[in-house]
Amino acid sequence: MKELTYPFSENAIRGLRAGDAVRISGRVCTGRDRFHKFLADGGSCPVDLRDGALFHCGPVAVPAEDGAGWRIMAAGPTTSIREEPYEAGVIARLGLRVIIGKGGMGAATVAACREHGCVYLQAVGGAAALIARRVRRVAGVHFLEEFGMTEACWELDLDGLEAVVGIDTHGRDLFAGVRDESYGRLAALTGTEK
Amino acid sequence: MAKSVTEQLVELIHRNTSDLPEDVEAALSAAADGASSDSESLLLHALLENAALARRQGTPLCQDTGWLSFFWTIPPGTDASALRGATEEAVARATANGWLRRNTIDALTGASADTNAVPGLVPVCHFETDPAADGITVSLLQKGGGSENMSRQFSLPDASLGAGRDLDGVRKCILKAVCDAQGYGCAPGVLGVCVGGDRAEGYLVAKEQLLRPLTDRSPVAELAALEERVTAEANSLGIGPMGLGGKTTVLGIKIAARPRLPASFFVTVAYCCWACRRHTVRILP
Repeated sequence: MKELTYPFSENAIRGLRAGDAVRISGRVCTGRDRFHKFLADGGSCPVDLRDGALFHCGPVAVPAEDGAGWRIMAAGPTTSIREEPYEAGVIARLGLRVIIGKGGMGAATVAACREHGCVYLQAVGGAAALIARRVRRVAGVHFLEEFGMTEACWELDLDGLEAVVGIDTHGRDLFAGVRDESYGRLAALTGTEK
Repeated sequence: MAKSVTEQLVELIHRNTSDLPEDVEAALSAAADGASSDSESLLLHALLENAALARRQGTPLCQDTGWLSFFWTIPPGTDASALRGATEEAVARATANGWLRRNTIDALTGASADTNAVPGLVPVCHFETDPAADGITVSLLQKGGGSENMSRQFSLPDASLGAGRDLDGVRKCILKAVCDAQGYGCAPGVLGVCVGGDRAEGYLVAKEQLLRPLTDRSPVAELAALEERVTAEANSLGIGPMGLGGKTTVLGIKIAARPRLPASFFVTVAYCCWACRRHTVRILP
């Protein structure tokens, strides 16, 4: 298990290989559909994410018992492929080193990861109770009014979130291999091989 | 004092959002025992650990607490609008408690309906009047958006799949849906399938099949055989948990058939993530 802590150095990120198990600690920022479209429409990111991590996640948050801040009840990755039209541009523009999500992404993101030194990490989809326990605290929230609680940008301090490197900086993509093989099997099972 | 209908529904939502059904957990557990690699085993054990933790804490299994569908069976003469009102109130309370995410968005303005209740519209209630019913029962299904995006409707014949208007064509559609879903819908998935109907009926009946226990079989012999065959074939695709590869791609496939028009032959697949959250309770008025 490799430990990754914010800020993420280009060297450490380029040292990772698809399939590596990692634990992420320190500051990450959530951002999903609304955030990606906002950036694509020319909006500016409220957080400096250079050498940082973007987490595809819409958490369940409730006001903390002491009245100050927030408590995360459930948090986990959302399906990343919806952000494929935007992500390569976002990686380049924000200087991201890490994307955390689920399900994998497309060719443009794989190319951007290689060019800019960024990795895509697969967290365990749906394991929201487990992942919420890795959130040490909520450091801040942006766009809460504009985007709503689910789509807002939550700055979370993580403590050892487990994930697997799905796309590395060397052009390797675990999901693509599984995808190609499964479509080959499908063709055999339906009698539609070329 | 007896609990109000709203209180009973709040309890149902709390349980449903945090307590993975026993049969689904057993299927995940069997998959973990048979995992073909360390990574498949690790992912499946994480899901099981998560399920146990959510149940113990009474917190959401998954942060996407999903689209809520309430399927009611009521005796004639029951006031359905009162049940709908109580359901809306229960959803608002469960949301305030952090058991449901703020998950309801105005489709035009993008504004969040922070209670998750929009009077008369959501949550969706389906009412079935049954003269033989000796009381009110309700089933709640919570289905996440990532998996809903992976649901599909096919119209046969489909030349790209080599699928004709027969059960073998249906089989090919189901496999295509599983392949297209990859890990995007949080595999291993549970599939509800409807053969026939119009387009709207197809999606509804397919979704209703997700209420069936994973251990049951269709009472129709041909469909039971197809369920068994296509489940085995889907698991031979190698997609695995989260699309990272493995032996378990689906936990179960449930198929029903409905009458159709001569011109139409729809195959509708409702793809549900592994977190197939459903419970049925009796409601005391």
